[in-house]
Amino acid sequence: MARICAEDMRIEFPLYHFGARSMKKRLLSAASGRVKADAQNRVVISALSDLNFTIESGERVALVGHNGAGKTTLLRTLAGIYEPLGGRLTVEGEIGSLIDPAAGMDPLSTGRENIRLRALYRGLNTEQTAELEAEAGVFSGLGEFLDVPIHGYSAGMSIRLAFAMATAVQPKILLMDEWFSAGDADFMAKAEVRLEQLVKASEILVIATHDMGVVKRWCNRVIRLEAGRIVGDEVTRLS
Amino acid sequence: MPRPEHITSVDAAKPRHTERALADLRDGLSQWRLAFALARLDLRNRYRGSVLGPLWMSLSTLIMLIGLGLLYATLFKLELANYLPHLAVSLIIWQWISTFISEACGTLTSAEGVIRQMRLPYTLHTLRIAFRNSLVAAHSLPIILLVFLVFGRVPGPEAFLAVFGFLLIGINMLAGGLLLGMICARFRDIPPIVANIVQLAFFVSPILWKPELLGDAAVWMAFNPFYAFLETVRGPLLEGGGPLLAWVAAVLYTVFHVVLAGLLFARFRSRIAFWV
Repeated sequence: MARICAEDMRIEFPLYHFGARSMKKRLLSAASGRVKADAQNRVVISALSDLNFTIESGERVALVGHNGAGKTTLLRTLAGIYEPLGGRLTVEGEIGSLIDPAAGMDPLSTGRENIRLRALYRGLNTEQTAELEAEAGVFSGLGEFLDVPIHGYSAGMSIRLAFAMATAVQPKILLMDEWFSAGDADFMAKAEVRLEQLVKASEILVIATHDMGVVKRWCNRVIRLEAGRIVGDEVTRLS
Repeated sequence: MPRPEHITSVDAAKPRHTERALADLRDGLSQWRLAFALARLDLRNRYRGSVLGPLWMSLSTLIMLIGLGLLYATLFKLELANYLPHLAVSLIIWQWISTFISEACGTLTSAEGVIRQMRLPYTLHTLRIAFRNSLVAAHSLPIILLVFLVFGRVPGPEAFLAVFGFLLIGINMLAGGLLLGMICARFRDIPPIVANIVQLAFFVSPILWKPELLGDAAVWMAFNPFYAFLETVRGPLLEGGGPLLAWVAAVLYTVFHVVLAGLLFARFRSRIAFWV
């Protein structure tokens, strides 16, 4: 069973590379609470503070909140990219992250080479690589463009390839940032179906979104973040 | 039940630094295929559209070798057959080490985009830089062969010791890539300092000149780590094994380097994502 448990979790971003002392004083004096000095008197931005939540198998969680509320930081923390500075985080179950599906793509390689590279990133064996190559090749609908370097792709084509690669595996815990928007109508329809399957088959979904339509359609729990803190956590009904 | 490797638990009160740093090392090394593929991509992209590609490096090494060889053999009054093989091996090993050091400063900062989007072992990025520089250096190896052929130098059976020299240098590259990568990610003034030290090291290490020229003062060379590592490859290939002192020094430097890099990496690994 998949499960995510956070206790008093805290993430702070140090501001290292901006030098000037006066700047530091001004920032700290004007601070509204999120920019503060830590124990060693460095300026830090408190990105997430005192987060407590447990997400059990079967929950579909929407992270909502304004820009800068900490949604993406929380997703990255769950993905294991940032480690909490305080508190505890336990994640049970393998994670698939659709935070930035284009990460790690090489612009000068062809689509096919990029699929193979992605297979290496995931540590797949030869057989699984061939599978991913066939799967993503067909789903992206790129046809002959699959053997063209991707810096020659249109924005929509890159998204299609990235999406096809990212969604070709079924994780237990699916982390998504709201990013899928490009692509033509045909592809979007296909993508919706694919995402729907992925979301249904995963045990836990955590998605950062502004789109209340997505929340209503896919989620049964809404966690509202404000200035790095949880200000609302309610279970909604899946319609 | 989830398989145990899919449970990750991070507790800021019990950070388990060492255990997690070792896991990073293990995972990174086990993904060497990815590191190698990325290194090859780097090279392909760097020399894209160039006819000779990385062979440009070899060509410039060859030209430098001939130019410097003729000049310094005359200046030092050494026989060309004696001096040129020394210069060839020293120069190529030096270029391998020195370009690695300057690129190691960017091990982590240059991978920023990936580090902030994907969870990957940091060791992987180090391995990538080490592979990349070794691939470039490998293009220059035929020059050594060429020089040996021209001057009829045949290394004895002790030449196999060079393998240990390469191994020592490789271990130091892994440690150095992590160490420099971390320090340079945190303190952005370090790369220019490193560049200066590397430049200085070129002149104070026996690359253009031979250690014998120092006379009695040659024992002090052991305090120069570059000398020790150069000697672990040059000794076996040219001088029947190299001085014992150089080998002992090289091993000691390696141990010190690995321990230092290991301690710092264990302590600050979890902060790297915030630094880049």
